[in-house]
Amino acid sequence: MTMISESIEDEDKWLAEGIAGLQHNAFYMHRALDSNNLRDALKYSAQMLSELRTSRLTPHKYYELYMRAFDELRKLEMFFKEETKRGCSIIDLYELVQHAGNILPRLYLLCTVGSVYIKSKEAPAKDVLKDLVEMCRGIQHPVRGLFLRSYLSQISRDKLPDIGSEYEGDADTVMDAVEFELQNFTEMNKLWVRMQHQGPAREKEKREKERNELRDLVGKNLHVLSQIEGVDLEMYKETVLPRVLEQVVNCKDELAQYYLMDCIIQVFPDEYHLQTLETLLGACPQLQPTVDIKTVLSQLMERLSNYAASSAEVLPEFLQVEAFSKLSNAIGKVIEAQVDMPVVGAITLYVSLLTFTLRVHSDRLDYVDQVLGACVKKLTGKPKLGDNKATKQIMALLSAPLEKYNDIVTALNLSNYPRVMDYLDDGTNKVMAVVIIQSIMKNTTCISTADKVEALFELIKGLIRDLDGTPVDVLDEEDFKEEQNSVARLIHMLYNEDPEEMLKIICTVRKHILQGGPKRLPFTVPPLIFSALKLVRRLQGQEGDVVGEEMAVTPKKIFQLLHQTIEALSIVPSSELALRLYLQCAEAANDCDLEPVTYEFFTQAFILYEEEIADSKAQVTAIHLIIGTLQRMGIFGVENRDTLTHKATGYSAKLLKKPDQCKAVYACAHLFWVDDQDGVKDGERVLLCLKRALRIANAAQQMANVTRGSSGPVTLFVEILNKYLYFFEKGNPQITSSVIQGLIELITTEMQSDNTVSDPSADAFFGSTLRYIQFQKQKGGAMGEKYEPIKV
Amino acid sequence: MNYLIGAFKPPCKVSITFADGRTRKQASIKKENGQTALVPLFQSQENIVGEVAIEPAQGKKVEHNGVKIELLGQIELYFDRGNFYDFTSLVRELDVPGEIYERKTYPFEFSTVEMPYESYNGVNVRLRYILKVTISRNYVGNIMEYQDIWVRNYTPLPSINNSIKMEVGIEDCLHIEFEYGKSKFHLKDVIVGKIYFLLVRIKIKNMELEIRRRESTGSGPNTYVETETLAKFELMDGAPVRGESIPIRLFLSPYELTPTYRNINNKFSVKYYLNLVLVDEEDRRYFKQQEITVYRLLETF
Repeated sequence: MTMISESIEDEDKWLAEGIAGLQHNAFYMHRALDSNNLRDALKYSAQMLSELRTSRLTPHKYYELYMRAFDELRKLEMFFKEETKRGCSIIDLYELVQHAGNILPRLYLLCTVGSVYIKSKEAPAKDVLKDLVEMCRGIQHPVRGLFLRSYLSQISRDKLPDIGSEYEGDADTVMDAVEFELQNFTEMNKLWVRMQHQGPAREKEKREKERNELRDLVGKNLHVLSQIEGVDLEMYKETVLPRVLEQVVNCKDELAQYYLMDCIIQVFPDEYHLQTLETLLGACPQLQPTVDIKTVLSQLMERLSNYAASSAEVLPEFLQVEAFSKLSNAIGKVIEAQVDMPVVGAITLYVSLLTFTLRVHSDRLDYVDQVLGACVKKLTGKPKLGDNKATKQIMALLSAPLEKYNDIVTALNLSNYPRVMDYLDDGTNKVMAVVIIQSIMKNTTCISTADKVEALFELIKGLIRDLDGTPVDVLDEEDFKEEQNSVARLIHMLYNEDPEEMLKIICTVRKHILQGGPKRLPFTVPPLIFSALKLVRRLQGQEGDVVGEEMAVTPKKIFQLLHQTIEALSIVPSSELALRLYLQCAEAANDCDLEPVTYEFFTQAFILYEEEIADSKAQVTAIHLIIGTLQRMGIFGVENRDTLTHKATGYSAKLLKKPDQCKAVYACAHLFWVDDQDGVKDGERVLLCLKRALRIANAAQQMANVTRGSSGPVTLFVEILNKYLYFFEKGNPQITSSVIQGLIELITTEMQSDNTVSDPSADAFFGSTLRYIQFQKQKGGAMGEKYEPIKV
Repeated sequence: MNYLIGAFKPPCKVSITFADGRTRKQASIKKENGQTALVPLFQSQENIVGEVAIEPAQGKKVEHNGVKIELLGQIELYFDRGNFYDFTSLVRELDVPGEIYERKTYPFEFSTVEMPYESYNGVNVRLRYILKVTISRNYVGNIMEYQDIWVRNYTPLPSINNSIKMEVGIEDCLHIEFEYGKSKFHLKDVIVGKIYFLLVRIKIKNMELEIRRRESTGSGPNTYVETETLAKFELMDGAPVRGESIPIRLFLSPYELTPTYRNINNKFSVKYYLNLVLVDEEDRRYFKQQEITVYRLLETF
């Protein structure tokens, strides 16, 4: 630490000394200038410039000194100019400054006079420039050389014999301007590269940092080149680019190569890049293996894509020069050449290429697939990616087409897409699969053929089934649910108008999801079932139209499929869900007039109820579902219906808790009274059910009395009363006003009993029911009359 | 006192003037005391024409045994001081013995005088031309008056002027090839050339070109050699790498050179060398010296 601070202090001191020396001599130089004393002016200016001979300053500090000298040299230049007006020959001046014994001051002075010389036009600009750039070879010290040449570049910038410039000579002098800049560039780059070898090895890092600070001095030359009017495409192609690249490649320096390639790409017009793509790209594999070519190429492709986007007129150019295949080849070669390039680097390159392709040739899916294919080729033989960055890049690679086309269907045509995905680790694979699904949902993309569905499921297989070696138990429950829900949503996006194709789709999905294992099936089977049922409904609607044709797809077929599918679920076991689905199917089968099928579904539902559903609460729910569904079934013949209703009623009465029994049993009453035209209307059995319910309610009261010392609330009775009222109104002849009257009185008595715990809600319920009766009575008409006998 | 002084005063004033004195070029010469003086400039084969004026002091007469003027070309070696080697001696008798009462002038002329050597003021040697007027007298010392003239001889452009090209080096350490465009330079010439680095394994700090003058006097065991470095001209700053080529452009005009003098009258030589010096970071010097010929160019307008 102290060493560093000391060296900084030293450096400040040296800089201060340098500035002092410079100012001291500048003072005498000014005096000489004021008194038109050429000899002294030369003497003191040379002494002043001698301060730049120091080796002790870092480039940063040296720059400070240089800038001061630069300002002073401007004054000197003015003086030289006036001197020539006073009659001093510029040619003599040009010689005179070369008498200086030290080379650095001599060359600064020479450049300064040279500037005046060119302006005087006493010699062609090209000759003077050529002489200056040649003489500057004398400075081989990197920092001093770079600054000197930078000075040369600075003073010559407005004096190049460019086309249209006042310094343009007779013929082809643009070439001279270009030669001059190229030479200065080449020499500066050589110096810059050489800088790294100056001084002890242990300070290499520091030196590289310093070197980096100087890079713009070198790059400036390229900038100037790009500004030369006469550098047209032809000249760029034939001279400028090959020469610059030659230097870049030959310098064999990582820092320089990276910076200069980037510089070339940034300073010259995109149109030139496009037309010289082969040359530019040809240099890439020749660069040092450590050069960050991917960034360079990415920049290039980025610029080219922007260029392509700038105007539709330039697109044909891209095609004409076969930009894609050239870039693609180049990337291949770079990857081949840079053996040590990490996978992430290669993938990043492909991402850039893909981005370019999508932006420039969005219509060329084959290109896109080609890029993915190249990526697969690179990844082949490698294990799945553990590298986070590489994974991210692959994600980017895979997401790009989705974002571009907003349509997974397009991506599904890319044969290499899933092959790339295979290289993701399982976790990321899933994330990517979710991204794909999200893209589908966002764009409400409909996937309409079985082939595409197949491809899609192949893509998202990470979500569909356990991949090899997945540690299942480390899965986050939340994430898992999220994923599976998205799969479920996806299933609804698979649709085709044509039933045949739709069935194929369903079969495909089924095939995939059945591999999902116990944890996934509960999520994925229901949407599939409903999707299939939707198809059934569709067929049902069309039935009439397709008579006579041989039907490949029939509801029957679908129901078979459904049956097997739900079966899979019931084995899982997820019996409650399976039961619901069976009932859904039964309902659909009912609507299709397929009695045996319907019956079978009910059978399955009952079997599940019997064998799998043990939990009493679950039983309650299940039995109500069964009852509810069964009630709507119009298809059954008497026998089947009896069997099923009998079962339902029987199970209802066998529920564990009395109140549950009661509720189920009165619900069963509906099984015998379907309120439509052809519905069953078996009043007697309705009454039987209700009476049974009453008995159970009574039993429940008594049990409560025994166990708790008080009766339960009258709620059950009120509920039954409501059922009575319902069937009464529906015209069940077995339900008479006197029966109702009796029930009302029973409830009233119960409520007044000491044993009964009053329950405000039950009271309110009963009160409302009574008010309803009152209301019906007062309504008059047929209903009023019907209610008339009931007294409340 | 006046009398006494008068006794030692020269009895007459002798002056030498040239016929073309007004128009003749003069050379600016540094004298031994460091001052510069202007001296009429001649070259070989010129006519030296003028007159000698003798003006006796007021009221005196000069009695003499004859008056003559000599043109002498002398070489003076400093280690052998006082000895002059006359390589040229021409005499013109100006007057027969007699007496001079008043100012008297004598025209003289040396026609197409052969003055093969240039005037030269060196470290150990001097070559000069003088006109010497002698008024011979009996009993008292002769009266003598001297007039220096400066001689420069011009050479036309050499018909053959080869470049100097050479590859030198230290094995496995440093190999360079240098080239000077010519081997013969006139005094206002420019040395143009380049140094090409074939191999660089040492850390070079800088490179300079020196112009050295080697004046050797005497002969055999009594040879004295004096070397002066007249110019130190930095050619390169920093360490080059293999393949670099460094330009040389050195203007000779700022330096006080003379032409190369080879074995002047067997008494002395003045030779010039270009010494290319490379200095490494440890201040070790590597050099290679090459003789060049310097000549005075005959200006043709």
